[in-house]
Amino acid sequence: MNVVDTKSEKHEGWNLPPAVAPDGEGELLEVSMGPHHPSTHGVFRMDVTLDGERVIRLKPVFGYLHRNHEKLAEGQTYLASIPYTDRLDYICSLTNNWAYALAVEKLAGQEVPERAEYVRVILGELTRVQNHALAVGFLLQDMGASGTPLMYGFREREEILDLFETLTGSRMMCNYMRFGGCRVDPTAEWLERARKIVAKLPKFVDEFEALLIGNEILIARTQGTGILPPDLAVNAGVTGPVLRASGVNYDLRKVDRYSIYDRFDFKVPLGEHGDVYDRFMIRLLELRQSLRILEQALKDIPGGPVMDPKAKIRNFRPKPGEAYGRIEAPKGELGFYLISDGGPNPYRYRVRPPSLINLTILEDMCLGQNVADVVLILGSVDIVLGEVDR
Amino acid sequence: MLGEGILKGLAETAKNFFGSYVSKERLTTVQYPEERIPTVENARVFPFLVYDGPDWEAGLRCVSCQICEKECPPKCIFIEKSKDKKPDFVGKMQFYPVRFDIDTSVCMSCQICVEVCPFDAIRMNTGFELATGDRFGGLLLDRKHLAHSNEYYHSIHPTEAAEVDARRAEEKAAAEAKAKAAAEAAAAKAAAAPAAAPAPTKQPAEGGS
Amino acid sequence: MKTVEEIKAAIEAAVPGAGVEIVLNPGPAAQHSLRLAPESALAVATFLRDDADLALDHLSNVTGVDWPDKEIAEKVKVTRTVAKTVDGVEQQVEETVEETRKRVEPGCLEVVYHLFSVAKKHGPVVLRMRTENRSDRVELPSMTHIWRSADFQEREIFDLYGVVFKGHPDLRRLLMWDEFKDHPMRKDYVEPDDYEYEPTPHDHVLARAQEHQKKIEAAGNKE
Repeated sequence: MNVVDTKSEKHEGWNLPPAVAPDGEGELLEVSMGPHHPSTHGVFRMDVTLDGERVIRLKPVFGYLHRNHEKLAEGQTYLASIPYTDRLDYICSLTNNWAYALAVEKLAGQEVPERAEYVRVILGELTRVQNHALAVGFLLQDMGASGTPLMYGFREREEILDLFETLTGSRMMCNYMRFGGCRVDPTAEWLERARKIVAKLPKFVDEFEALLIGNEILIARTQGTGILPPDLAVNAGVTGPVLRASGVNYDLRKVDRYSIYDRFDFKVPLGEHGDVYDRFMIRLLELRQSLRILEQALKDIPGGPVMDPKAKIRNFRPKPGEAYGRIEAPKGELGFYLISDGGPNPYRYRVRPPSLINLTILEDMCLGQNVADVVLILGSVDIVLGEVDR
Repeated sequence: MLGEGILKGLAETAKNFFGSYVSKERLTTVQYPEERIPTVENARVFPFLVYDGPDWEAGLRCVSCQICEKECPPKCIFIEKSKDKKPDFVGKMQFYPVRFDIDTSVCMSCQICVEVCPFDAIRMNTGFELATGDRFGGLLLDRKHLAHSNEYYHSIHPTEAAEVDARRAEEKAAAEAKAKAAAEAAAAKAAAAPAAAPAPTKQPAEGGS
Repeated sequence: MKTVEEIKAAIEAAVPGAGVEIVLNPGPAAQHSLRLAPESALAVATFLRDDADLALDHLSNVTGVDWPDKEIAEKVKVTRTVAKTVDGVEQQVEETVEETRKRVEPGCLEVVYHLFSVAKKHGPVVLRMRTENRSDRVELPSMTHIWRSADFQEREIFDLYGVVFKGHPDLRRLLMWDEFKDHPMRKDYVEPDDYEYEPTPHDHVLARAQEHQKKIEAAGNKE
């Protein structure tokens, strides 16, 4: 489905947030939401101008968690940056590792063994499952359903994190993927355990859906809130579940067919209205598709090495050149842009953070809405501040 | 009917609440610290130094090559090389660290020091209850605090330690065989030398087989 | 998907005098790029977005790169006449000497754009633009009106590199605070001397802390 009309004439500034006029009664109120607000998922601030309950201006303010990750990476070896990528989007450390490893492999022209590709897909999809479970949990938490749905999300995430710990040694800061493969080989017991957990997960999604989907309060709060039109979403570089909830069929697993995603049979769920409810439902549907990929990958995984024997761990110096590698991370398109000058450190190291760029249209979605819905819309974008501020 | 969805959701919650009394699967929490989950084998917290034999100072595997110090991303390792050398497990003369500090307030448990160590000298510990009242001195671990025996290594990472031991035994056997061959060659040379004093022997390992 | 040469030809047909250059990427990734002239960049970008074949509607990544002034030392053969005594007679002899000459290649700030197409599902097309120098002529046109995703990313480049985007609707610092001076991602950025002393027993830490203390005292005495 392609709803983007690229030929239509766009007037100057069509893609900028429209000015919303106050109704002229009473005074305007400027509220600083955050940086220490439980609904902002970290240290994030929004300067909101309110006319009564209505938002007429909203400017996000960043930088509270800025640590100049890119500068740090330019001062150290390619290998030493992998543990730092874990700390970008700290919910999904494995997909961050993957995106970085993919970009470096493109830069150096390295091959990845087949088994390592399967392991990467398995871990990447497990990461997506736990991220979406958590994202839905936090969205409901922001809405005021204090605790219960979040704990449902946490319960299943726990099992997946235990799997990560057994394999990589750490629950969140996995530091697992390397240029040309993966660090350790999963044992047969680990794969068996992963199969058991994956077989259990559909039951969990059923429970989650029974708990939430029909809930009248949820429907009343989310349907029609924070609508994002598809042409604006594409123009603003929005990616991931937020883009697909607006009805744009753009999933890098299908488009770029990186790694071995062309071997699996799965569908890309699309939304229709682009509101908060669609973004919530897309995550649940994607979760089911991820489970389908996991089942296939765990069935087909071949034997062999998980690391390219020619790959170098120390003294790694790619040839001069540059590369942009991107993957479909749970939050959107996560890209790494690297320039090598032939030395042991990257000359330029850039992270394309999906969380930050998905916030570009936050103001557009919030204008004219009630202030209570701002929290909800922000929750539906699903950001992690470690990645927004870097 | 309005409220049907809410009732359905509440039924789900009730199922889990009462289920947690009968089913282990629905009771997902553990009462730490009275109850503990066993640590997994691959777990990693902070690095430690492995030593062989009974004496920690003599048996340290570290040869102070400073690769880990260089590769450590947050630069939390501090090594001072010795002036003199001592023999390692295969009998080769090596340096040793006179000072080996890890600042655990900086360390981020990434395991890169373990990966780059060519001497199997640094490994990851699994103990996580490391809270201390002293923010500076208490978190800076020196050589003595870091040193743990090979037996301890076996107790926390059995599979990995067995692999390392097998590899080291192989290396040692190879080194011993080489040393033996060299010694025998030297002995044969010494034996051959007085017999044929004027002719310099060019064949190096005549009786070495 | 068209090759860079074909895209260059298409641009030149649509925007006369566009001044597009191909920049080859020597690495294995072989993602070649097009360098645009800042004057015609907006017209070219609008064409790339609206062209039916290319339809590059998704500006994925915008980033800055700093190329500082480079001092290049090259060896040049110079012939000169020198007075020399040959066989007891003073003569003027021509002699070829190798001389090392230093020449400064002026640096610049570069902005790199990675474009993809959501409609046609192809990409990337890499665009680059360069400022004239790194100090005062650092203006480039803003792409925010063409692709909204440039909004925060251009603000970030303005913040960390100091490229001024003309026509950006809200050009403020993104990550650093507004009062901050300098641009931290530039290669010649010097960390401010605001070292915090922590009593670790490492000698170099202590030495650095003492040095810092001395500086503070010296500054205090001046006042």
